[in-house]
Amino acid sequence: MSVQEPRKPVLPNAVLGTLFFVVAEVMLFSGMISAFTISKAGALPGTWPMPGQPRLPAEATALNTALLILSGIVLIVAHRLYKSKNPVAHWVTLASWALGTGFVALQGVEWWTLLNAGMTLKSSPLGGFFYLIVGGHALHAVIALVALFMAWVKMARGTLSPGFFFGTQTFWYFVVLMWPVIYARVYF
Amino acid sequence: MSSTATDTAHGDGHGHDAHAPSGWDDPHGHGGHGAHDAHGHAEPHWLIKYFWSTDHKIIGMQYLFTGMFMALIGGFAVYVFRMQLAFPGMSVPFYGRVTATDYNALVTTHGSVMIFWVAMPVLIAALGNYLIPLMIGCDDMVFPRLNRLSYQLFLISAIVLIYSFFVDGGAFGGAWTAYPPLSAKAEYNLTPTGAPLWLFAVALEFAAFLLGGINFVTTVMNSRAKGMKMFDVPIVVWMIIIASILFMASVGPLIAGAVMLMFDQTIGTGFFDPNKGGDPVLWQHLFWFFGHPEVYVVLLPAMGIVAEVITTFSRKKLFAYKSVLYTAVGTGGLSFFVWAHHQFIAGIDPRMANIFSVTTLLISIPVAEMVFVYIATLFGGSIRLTTPMLWALAFIAEFLLGGVTGIFLGASGADIYFHDTYFVIAHFHYTFFPIAFIASFAALTYWFPKMFGRYMNDTWGKVHFWISIISFNCIFIPLFLLGARGDHRRIYDYTHFPDLMKSGMQDLRILATLSLVVLLVTQVIFLVNFFYSMVKGKKAEQNPWKANTLEWQCPSPPPHGNFPDGLPTVHRGPYEFSHPDRQEDYWPQNAS
Repeated sequence: MSVQEPRKPVLPNAVLGTLFFVVAEVMLFSGMISAFTISKAGALPGTWPMPGQPRLPAEATALNTALLILSGIVLIVAHRLYKSKNPVAHWVTLASWALGTGFVALQGVEWWTLLNAGMTLKSSPLGGFFYLIVGGHALHAVIALVALFMAWVKMARGTLSPGFFFGTQTFWYFVVLMWPVIYARVYF
Repeated sequence: MSSTATDTAHGDGHGHDAHAPSGWDDPHGHGGHGAHDAHGHAEPHWLIKYFWSTDHKIIGMQYLFTGMFMALIGGFAVYVFRMQLAFPGMSVPFYGRVTATDYNALVTTHGSVMIFWVAMPVLIAALGNYLIPLMIGCDDMVFPRLNRLSYQLFLISAIVLIYSFFVDGGAFGGAWTAYPPLSAKAEYNLTPTGAPLWLFAVALEFAAFLLGGINFVTTVMNSRAKGMKMFDVPIVVWMIIIASILFMASVGPLIAGAVMLMFDQTIGTGFFDPNKGGDPVLWQHLFWFFGHPEVYVVLLPAMGIVAEVITTFSRKKLFAYKSVLYTAVGTGGLSFFVWAHHQFIAGIDPRMANIFSVTTLLISIPVAEMVFVYIATLFGGSIRLTTPMLWALAFIAEFLLGGVTGIFLGASGADIYFHDTYFVIAHFHYTFFPIAFIASFAALTYWFPKMFGRYMNDTWGKVHFWISIISFNCIFIPLFLLGARGDHRRIYDYTHFPDLMKSGMQDLRILATLSLVVLLVTQVIFLVNFFYSMVKGKKAEQNPWKANTLEWQCPSPPPHGNFPDGLPTVHRGPYEFSHPDRQEDYWPQNAS
């Protein structure tokens, strides 16, 4: 019986699989954002936003955006520390998770304010698209944060498999990098 | 151990013959992984073995049999509504009287089932799962548990769809394209529960195929047998990979649209409602941005199957392997820029219609090239007209007719008149029937000896072939004629339209319907042959067709782990037939 070395992978399976998933996700958001852009371009003058509807808090959201990007950068640092087997790696991972959680929490506060100001899914096309696109992103962020938290727990216990960590990172970078595009297209 | 191998586990729960030769306890040498613990265990309960397996072959079979079952539903739906068109108001045998609402639901069911629950699961999921690991020489997919989840999601989607036939108001009746406003409001489509259930089923089905596609592409990139280079991969594997990538890249906008439509249906948002500032044509863009690449998602695997069959049965190398590959990639790329030809009269800008006419006509060039390449492969070969070969040749001929009639519809000037007539119906059935059925029959008859270790009956296979092909043409040639005479496709009872009842038009409808009944009844021959041969057919050896690809170099049916003597090493391309230096006219990829 011949025993063989497995083929050297192009990229680790988990990263490659996540990357293909990210391709589909990028197309999902492209679909939503282009639908938003087309609807906005076709709106009658003075109806975007509808009279009586709140403006989107573009300035306040800049802070959230900064938090999220910072979280991505911190995760890159965590990755480097993990690769060099540095014992603080899991604390840095936790820091990245905390920054990401801060982003989601601030988004939640923003939604609460907007809902109280009368902007709902049904109130106008802008409201519908806002909650659809930003909510879709928030859903991905929450899922990625759960995975990141699991990665932290496993790393602290020393049971983390590299595939899980790298796959989770790939997905978190997608969440981080998707957001500035959404911010630029939807909030302004 | 590298992270690669972490999920290369094959089959928790699947377990296998405890008396297997000790040689294949660890056929791939990865060693030391959790799943290998299962090797020593006794045979699991059959329910677990066949319903909770992570073995790619079992998952492939699950997809195949589910797809075949769904084909029966799609076939029954078309039988009922064609009977209504041919004999309006009659009580259809096995169904009863067809109301207008029933008619809409049946047409919608037929379209969505045949594309989403028959063509995709059989061509991509079943054959992809079964063939990819065998043809690239590895033991299983890289994500076996994701693979199992993929099938389970697909099964749930099928159950949700079937359940929607029985809810209040019946199954969704807004056509498989689900254009709003008809699909968006229950007061228009009269199916308050059926419409969201249909959307939910379609969304689940897409999630299933997304998981499957990711698995296929990752497996082919990371787990090919030693020595198998990019251009040694059999064309059918390439085609399934390209199709999976097309699917991944095109499905996103449709999922976005489906979520928006579901919000419109259930919450009452106004994404597609002009009264609330929405735009119904937006859905058409989102739908067809997916919908047109989807045509190539199912076409390319069918083309790949035909390539395997015609090279084996003409004992010749595939003419221009690399050209076929590049052409397929080009077709896939171009397929993202043709979608608006479905909307020439939906109110889009005429200048945009011109652009899409040009891209649509352009895409016929690479497809025609593939057909030429296949004919060049046949030229001068030692052709053996076995049943799979007959199906493959019929695919080329019938698909060609579908492609050529597409030229009329791609040209916006002609399409304005042909839009929504039976000409369109006949055109896309001349493409989809060859894809979903002719190519599937070619594949099933070709790989049957590998799947079950037995032959199908060749005589009955040929009887089934000839009756099916003749009756198929007798259905759709009359529909071309009807369409050219202006027969509109969304009519439930033509007796109310005197212009469409003139000189023999009803006779053509009756001819088409009777041919359909013949076609459907003929499938009984296939089903009996298929299931009888599975148990009682003549035993087949390992490589009955004397083919080169790796799946024929392992036992039939392949055991768990696929290659009992260790994974193969590949030395050459997949189509080395009739090599002048060799005694035999074939040269397996792994033979030294």
